[in-house]
Amino acid sequence: MLKPQDLSSRVLSFSLRLTGVLAAQEDCFQYLQQGELLPKLFGEAGPLGGAAWTSPAVRSGWIQGLRSLAQHASALHFLAHCGAVDTIFSLQEDSSLFVASAAGQLLVHILGLSMQGPAGGPPSLQAGDWPACAQKIVGHIEESLRATATPQITQALNVLTTTFGHCHNPWTQVLWVQLSPLVAGLLEKDPIPAAHSLVDLLLSVARSPGLSSSSCGLWETLAQTLSHLSPTQAGPLALGILKLQDCPQALRAQAFAVLLQPLACVFKAMAQDPGPSGVPDGTVGGSMTAGVPLPSKAACVGLLCRSLAHLELLLPLPQRPCPWPQAPLLGAAVTLLQLCGGSARPACDMGRHLCTLLLGCVRVQRAALDFLGALSDGTGPRELVTQVFAVLLEYLRSPDSSPTVLKKAFQATFRWLLNSPKTPGCWDLDPHALLFLRDLLPVLQKRLCSPCWEVRDSSLEFLTQMTRHWGGQAGFRHALLASEVPKLTEQLLRDPESYVRASAVTAMGQLSSQGLCVPPAGPEHQGGQQKSLLVELLHILSTDSEGFPRRAVMQVFTQWLRDSHADVAGDTEQFVAGVLQVASQDLDWEVRAQGLELALVFLEQTLGQPRSHCPHAVTPPVEAPVGPLAQALQPLCRVRLFDFAFRALFDCDRPVAQKSCDLLLFLRAQTASSSSLQESRSSPDVASVEAALQRWQAGDQAQPLGDLEPEVVLAVVRSLDLEGLRGALAESSDHVEKSPQSLLQDMLATVGVLGENEADCY
Amino acid sequence: MKLYCLSGHPTLPCNVLKFKSTTIMLDCGLDMTSTLNFLPLPLVQSPRLSNLPGWSLKDGNAFLDKELKECSGHVFVDSVPEFCLPETELIDLSTVDVILISNYHCMMALPYITEHTGFSGTVYATEPTVQIGRLLMEELVNFIERVPKAQSASLWKNKDIQREGLCLIQPIYRERRPCHVLWSCVENQIIQCSGSQSMIPRPAPGASLGSLLEMQILRPTSNLNRKLWVWHPAIHLLAYPPAEFSLVFQPMDQASLKNSDVLILTGLTQIPTANPDGMVGEFCSNLALTVRNGGNVLVPCYPSGVIYDLLECLYQYIDSAGLSNIPFYFISPVANSSLEFSQIFAEWLCHNKQTKVYLPEPPFPHAELIQTNKLKHYPSLHGDFSSDFRQPCVVFTGHPSLRFGDVVHFMELWGKSSLNTVIFTEPDFSYLEALAPYQPLAMKCIYCPIDTRLNFIQVSKLLKEVQPLHVVCPEQYTQPPPAQSHRMDLMIDCQPPAMSYRRAEVLALPFKRRYEKIEIMPELADALVPMEIKPGISLATVSAVLHTKDNKHILQPPPRPAQPTGGKKRKRAAEDIPDCKVLKPLLSGSIPVEQFVQTLEKHGFSDIKVEDTAKGHIVLLQEAETLIQIEEDSTHIICDNDEMLRVRLRDLVLKFLQKF
Repeated sequence: MLKPQDLSSRVLSFSLRLTGVLAAQEDCFQYLQQGELLPKLFGEAGPLGGAAWTSPAVRSGWIQGLRSLAQHASALHFLAHCGAVDTIFSLQEDSSLFVASAAGQLLVHILGLSMQGPAGGPPSLQAGDWPACAQKIVGHIEESLRATATPQITQALNVLTTTFGHCHNPWTQVLWVQLSPLVAGLLEKDPIPAAHSLVDLLLSVARSPGLSSSSCGLWETLAQTLSHLSPTQAGPLALGILKLQDCPQALRAQAFAVLLQPLACVFKAMAQDPGPSGVPDGTVGGSMTAGVPLPSKAACVGLLCRSLAHLELLLPLPQRPCPWPQAPLLGAAVTLLQLCGGSARPACDMGRHLCTLLLGCVRVQRAALDFLGALSDGTGPRELVTQVFAVLLEYLRSPDSSPTVLKKAFQATFRWLLNSPKTPGCWDLDPHALLFLRDLLPVLQKRLCSPCWEVRDSSLEFLTQMTRHWGGQAGFRHALLASEVPKLTEQLLRDPESYVRASAVTAMGQLSSQGLCVPPAGPEHQGGQQKSLLVELLHILSTDSEGFPRRAVMQVFTQWLRDSHADVAGDTEQFVAGVLQVASQDLDWEVRAQGLELALVFLEQTLGQPRSHCPHAVTPPVEAPVGPLAQALQPLCRVRLFDFAFRALFDCDRPVAQKSCDLLLFLRAQTASSSSLQESRSSPDVASVEAALQRWQAGDQAQPLGDLEPEVVLAVVRSLDLEGLRGALAESSDHVEKSPQSLLQDMLATVGVLGENEADCY
Repeated sequence: MKLYCLSGHPTLPCNVLKFKSTTIMLDCGLDMTSTLNFLPLPLVQSPRLSNLPGWSLKDGNAFLDKELKECSGHVFVDSVPEFCLPETELIDLSTVDVILISNYHCMMALPYITEHTGFSGTVYATEPTVQIGRLLMEELVNFIERVPKAQSASLWKNKDIQREGLCLIQPIYRERRPCHVLWSCVENQIIQCSGSQSMIPRPAPGASLGSLLEMQILRPTSNLNRKLWVWHPAIHLLAYPPAEFSLVFQPMDQASLKNSDVLILTGLTQIPTANPDGMVGEFCSNLALTVRNGGNVLVPCYPSGVIYDLLECLYQYIDSAGLSNIPFYFISPVANSSLEFSQIFAEWLCHNKQTKVYLPEPPFPHAELIQTNKLKHYPSLHGDFSSDFRQPCVVFTGHPSLRFGDVVHFMELWGKSSLNTVIFTEPDFSYLEALAPYQPLAMKCIYCPIDTRLNFIQVSKLLKEVQPLHVVCPEQYTQPPPAQSHRMDLMIDCQPPAMSYRRAEVLALPFKRRYEKIEIMPELADALVPMEIKPGISLATVSAVLHTKDNKHILQPPPRPAQPTGGKKRKRAAEDIPDCKVLKPLLSGSIPVEQFVQTLEKHGFSDIKVEDTAKGHIVLLQEAETLIQIEEDSTHIICDNDEMLRVRLRDLVLKFLQKF
């Protein structure tokens, strides 16, 4: 029998949790009850109040045990009798945050359980008729909401938030009607206690399908809360309201005004005309400037960043406010960036003050650039768009732009270029964008030489994106080829930073695909051994000490093979054989996986069956490949594709094995209908290959397979239980962890190492 | 206390502080921007420069064409460059007792002060300041003297010509002062400060600082030789904050600046909008871009200071940028000394650099660049350099004004190709003006001013922390730069508003001295008998003679009264001695009224009444028609001509008081 006082806190905690798990079944519960074990562990006779109770692990175990146990009516009865509910109330204020949070969750669970009612049916909708346990918990919540101490109010609000979030039964509406006056009463206090939790609760109630919002006065409460909370606190509530599907228009307008408030302040400070469609119109702007004087730097920056982030989240939603004030928002983002960069020229004192606060502020710069990028999906007046490009160029040029800001500036620039107005029927950049490109390329050149690797890296990423989209367009090609960018990119293949090398590989691959890799024209290169990019990339693949560049090379090669790149198309077999040989030896699993991807592409091309990229697409009836199948498979054997694929089937990294499985399954499907191949199941070659594969599976991969014949390959592929293997591989690694066997092993291990491994708290 | 402002240049200050009878000069900067009005001095004959057309007036009058030359719309004086000296007439410089030099940039005018003014005081500077200042002066003299000008122009400065506005160039300097600076002029007058401890300067001949000043060098704050001087007189008097900050040097000990009465702020950053880190990145990017395209890079620089930072950055950058094979050349008459000196001042460097010395490794990585032959240095482009020279390369050389030094040759050599780049890193000169005589120019020009001096954000933090009563600064700092008039953050903002000065102005500093520090001679101190009147506070009467000389105040024991032995001579001596009367004892303590009344009653006074007043009590002896007024700081006995009674009462009062 357990003697809690003799046990270490870890073992006691474990026992509590284990007992809870066991008692989750009602019959088990009864059995444990008979042995008086439950009161000894969870009742007053247990660790409660004893010396062991001081350990948070024991308290946590106690709660988790009860949480597992509380699954049936008997458990409820037990809880009511052993006084556990009062203890849970007190544990809500526990010094350990984990314990306190778990106590709140447990209360929610018990409330839900008790309201499920007896087997006879749902409980009455009259709060007075609710079960005693539920009434006790609700009474406690009411008491906490009336309290003056903020922590108590926060706990009550959190319990309610979780309740309304998880439980959508009709009784929750009764609960809300009963408690909403108390919640509304919190707004009368100054300052409003636990504002964040209050916002969470109101949004949770508003989202709950169990409540009919209009009938229980929720919209009024939300409107009232919006006007009472400070701008910082009101932001998340406003965003939440705007995301709601059915919400009165007036409330939405009020919420939108809250989100726009800080930007309106910026407008006001810059003394600009609010603009025609008027986000920050007179009334809104007026009230907010009076209310939000943007006092300290931290407050001002925090408010602006939050506001921008909220608006950015709102932007892609279908329920975003309509009409959307695109032009004023664009103006605000540009103004903010100018303020941070020091190029704004405020006319009034307020603007100068704001300028001083925001100057060089990286946080606002990042948020504003993100927002500006998001705004590129909409249109804007021509002169504003010109300003957008001007401010982006200013940021790309500025030596003071931090690497993260620069990266965001590149991203925003790309998005704006992507969405710049196009001439109908022409995919090239429009004349304005081309003019911008002329200014941009020298900046890109300089950035590619930056001493800061993050800058070089994001410049290369930007270049790759640009080339991918406009590499085929004459205007872009002309501008790029006239610059030093391709040459500098080539030099970055030898950068000391592996991330940069990887990005350079991707960029060069893209440039080369588009025919934008020009051989150096200098006299020293003429007639000399001009190393082709292919050789250079193969060199990186086989010698680079870091994984990122090698992965990038594999991706480039796969793409090249797909696109029948000129360097590859010459002798595809040799290319594939070389790449697979290097990739199969690579220590990085992603390189091996990418190798299999390349193999799959080659397989598809060889068998003449373009694979559908959508896994759910209806596959057309399989047609037999042109010519005899054995002949078609010969090249695959020559490049030793199957050697690689079979070896990968037993790779210690799951994704590689999965990929190989997919590849072989694809091959099997492709060849299923083919009868041209002789059945060679019983040939000695097949037996030796199968024996070799078994050894490989056991971990001994030393033995090579030797040259494989197509017939042998097919026989082996058909004999393998590939579906079973795929099923096993598809299980998450969690399934092993969570299996009963694993739990048993853990328990044994815990007992075994108990003495020596004190720090490992179970 | 008065401040005489002899220079209007904010980063090259020359201020004289006069307080009591002591005159101290704070820094001695030489404004060299005036050299931009002159034609460059080429090391090798330049046909382009010598064939520039003479300048003539609009009416065709060409009387100045020998002296003034025109190049791309700008007019230049064809003569030995001249400098703008500090004001010499505002104050008699021979009365200056001490010159304190805070950094090597601010000492270039020293020879003009020490040589031509009758100055006989002492110059104080830290060792690195002296050493590197010497290198700078030597380089300057070398640059100018090795290209002697046959003629020196003076006609253009003629007052009449200037008055009529005929000449486009305004001489802002008063007289022609070619730079015949000789270090030896100054050398003997400089005392090097060790810096680590507070020190009392030795009194200079003819001046005595006495106890007025106690000098303390706050550990190196900035670029090797830029030091901070803080003065702690008997009370905090005045703080003179640092000229510059740099990452490689120790942070400043701001605590010593706290509670200053007056803070003089000079030498803040000249390019407040350029962040040094960003500019270094810009420098490296542009350098790599040029070299990768096969071009050469020219970096006009001083032989010391920012060049160490640049070399350190390049050291970290060249391998990663694939520039390992590109030669770096540092050409200066003092290149070798500069590189070597920088390695031996480890005590002035930041912690990281100091620890390197114990490894032992040189604190700056340029030693390694030299060892691996990546950086080569030469005294001039003649000699070894011409045989080693290969392109593309990077050349660091002076002078940043592009008016003299080896840089002139490289500008002529490389200016015609657009592959080459000149990168300006020194913020002292306008790069556009510096380039004016080389126009038209095909080479690329990049402006990356790297100024590690305090910026305005740092200053506002400093002011918040130090909280000086008053701030004095050049007028340029009290308003935003003209090109960025909206940037209110680029000015000194403090309360009360900073007092600004301009060239040739005299400021009366609002400094009220309320206390003096007085020393007591040991034998006199021994004789004192302190009496504790409150815990921690003791009083003693002192009879002494106050001896005041050189701003030092010393209490000496009074001369002993002469023995009355008679005789004419002795009598006279007795007369000379101040009449030391027997002093009345001093009283302290308070009179408890109730006990006092009881005592009075005991001594036979009756019919006593006590009245409370605002300040104390009045004890009325109605019978004796006498009134005793007891207040906190005085007690009066008022009675009608009854001296006996008064004395009796007085003695009773005294019983309650302590005497000493």
